[in-house]
Amino acid sequence: MPMVEVAGKSFEVDEEGYLVNLADWDENIAGYLATEEKVDMTESHWEVVNFLREYYAEYQIAPAIRVLTKAISKKLGPDKGNNKYLYELFPYGPAKQACKIAGLPKPTGCI
Amino acid sequence: MAGPEFEVPKLADSSYTDVPKINPGSMAHIKAFVAGQGPQEFLGYPWTMADDWKERVLDRMGEVLKKYRSVRLFMDICVHCGACTDKCHYFLGTADPNNMPVARQELMRKVYRRYFTLPGKVVPWLVGAEDLTKDTMDQWFNYFHQCSECRRCSVYCPYGIDTAEITMAGREILNYAGYGQKYSNEILGKVQKIGNNLGLPGPALIDTLEGLEEDIEADTGVAVKMPLDVKGAEILLVTPSADFFSEPHVESLIGYAKVFHAAGASWTLSSHASEAGNFGLFNGNYETMRTVAMRIRDAALELGVKRIIVGECGHAWRVAYAYWNTLTGLGWGGNDPFSIELQSQLDPRYKQPTHICEYTWDLIEKGVLKFDKSLNDHRVITYHDSCNVARASRMGDEPGGQFTIPRNIIKAVANNFHDMAAETIGESTFCCGGGGGVLTDDLIEVRVKGALPRMNAYNAVSKEHGVNFLALICAICKAQFNKVVPFYGFDMSMVGGVHQLVGTAIKLED
Repeated sequence: MPMVEVAGKSFEVDEEGYLVNLADWDENIAGYLATEEKVDMTESHWEVVNFLREYYAEYQIAPAIRVLTKAISKKLGPDKGNNKYLYELFPYGPAKQACKIAGLPKPTGCI
Repeated sequence: MAGPEFEVPKLADSSYTDVPKINPGSMAHIKAFVAGQGPQEFLGYPWTMADDWKERVLDRMGEVLKKYRSVRLFMDICVHCGACTDKCHYFLGTADPNNMPVARQELMRKVYRRYFTLPGKVVPWLVGAEDLTKDTMDQWFNYFHQCSECRRCSVYCPYGIDTAEITMAGREILNYAGYGQKYSNEILGKVQKIGNNLGLPGPALIDTLEGLEEDIEADTGVAVKMPLDVKGAEILLVTPSADFFSEPHVESLIGYAKVFHAAGASWTLSSHASEAGNFGLFNGNYETMRTVAMRIRDAALELGVKRIIVGECGHAWRVAYAYWNTLTGLGWGGNDPFSIELQSQLDPRYKQPTHICEYTWDLIEKGVLKFDKSLNDHRVITYHDSCNVARASRMGDEPGGQFTIPRNIIKAVANNFHDMAAETIGESTFCCGGGGGVLTDDLIEVRVKGALPRMNAYNAVSKEHGVNFLALICAICKAQFNKVVPFYGFDMSMVGGVHQLVGTAIKLED
């Protein structure tokens, strides 16, 4: 598996660029992964990424899309608690792109 | 991952997809990610091609030819008439001649002739027999993952050769040699270890279902439940795990729950069998398919249910309808102690298993469900027949029920429906382009190009009748279209399940 170095710290990613060890993650690495995805991280992006990490820590899986939109809706208002808002932030799909930046494994299956 | 670069095919002026001039090697660069040590070892395969790879390939091929006499027959009887050549969506979308079903099969047939037929052993140059090399394996890996096992070509084959079976055999042999596909094999590990393809553990499932119950109540004012692991429930619903996780899949899950609620049914989901999908089918490995299917039988026994209903998942319905019986004794005829127990447990008045569309349509016919069709008036709907439902199963009691029942449901819950061109639906339906283990980001080019014939047919009804909603009953099709329709200029919200439409229009009472 390829190794990448960011801010003096080296870490392993898989062939799709997902972080191999969850514990390696820090904000510098998230920044690097976001650049690879051509995503400019704003505060709104960080809100999503941080929620994904919190949820993962509790449940060992990324949140289902409805769980995520509802959490955002509670925090940022109903106009942002929808799929469209998430796709604006993460055009390649919130489940995969946001998970990658959050250092979580890629969700698999018929999604 | 961001921004894969390739040319997206142009939409045609009509529903008809022109047969392209061949472009040899145009998809030769495609290579799905190869499965690593973890998933390969879990499934009992080597994870790298060792020195003995050639013996392993020929050994396994010999076993497959012996065990599945159909495969041997298909190897022998093709006369290269060419009827299949322009029937494959991947050929129509890519122009690579190796994506003509006959040519894709030839990748295996030339090896078969060389090592398993007398003329091929003696005079290989006369009969198109070729030595097995690592290049052959690379070609197999490439092109057997540019087949979605949709079996459209088989409908047109005068000999009834089932291309899917050859692809399945090819993938099984590759796995045995240590050359597996990451996407399918990782999923086959997760479903066995965690209970579903997504790897959604029980606590996350509970959290997700509770959230959905809150959503429905907030929307409708009615406390519709999504019960999990309820012993003694009458119905076990087995559905693809994407229904819990993704849009638009979750809308259909909400639809099923509303139907059960309106019917006053006693039902449950199972955390042990929180997945209807069975990728063992795609890999052509009977033992894996059986192990994955056994989870559902175990859950049915554990929960003591009387009926098993399968949600909107194409290949799951094929496995349930066509194979559960012999795989797990779940239908009629199993005679081991567990099958006998299950047999006496299941209610003989109902089809076992039942498709959710059969269940809903039956309730509609009996007048149990009431709808406000106008709630779907913002939608002009067409229906995509998913390949495994269309060509490998049945619903209801009449021939073609798998085509009429989902359409009848749509017409009962919505006012605006138009079918796509006849040669692109029903038994002749075009695959979404993502079935059979192809639904992965590393194959996005294959998926986008393979969707072309369906996109042309959709575009035609969209222009002619203003169609703006593609309804279907398969989790793979939903995810595939959600991802690829934007490449063709459509909005992803045009894709959704039949039970999404049901859920929109159904009238609920407390």
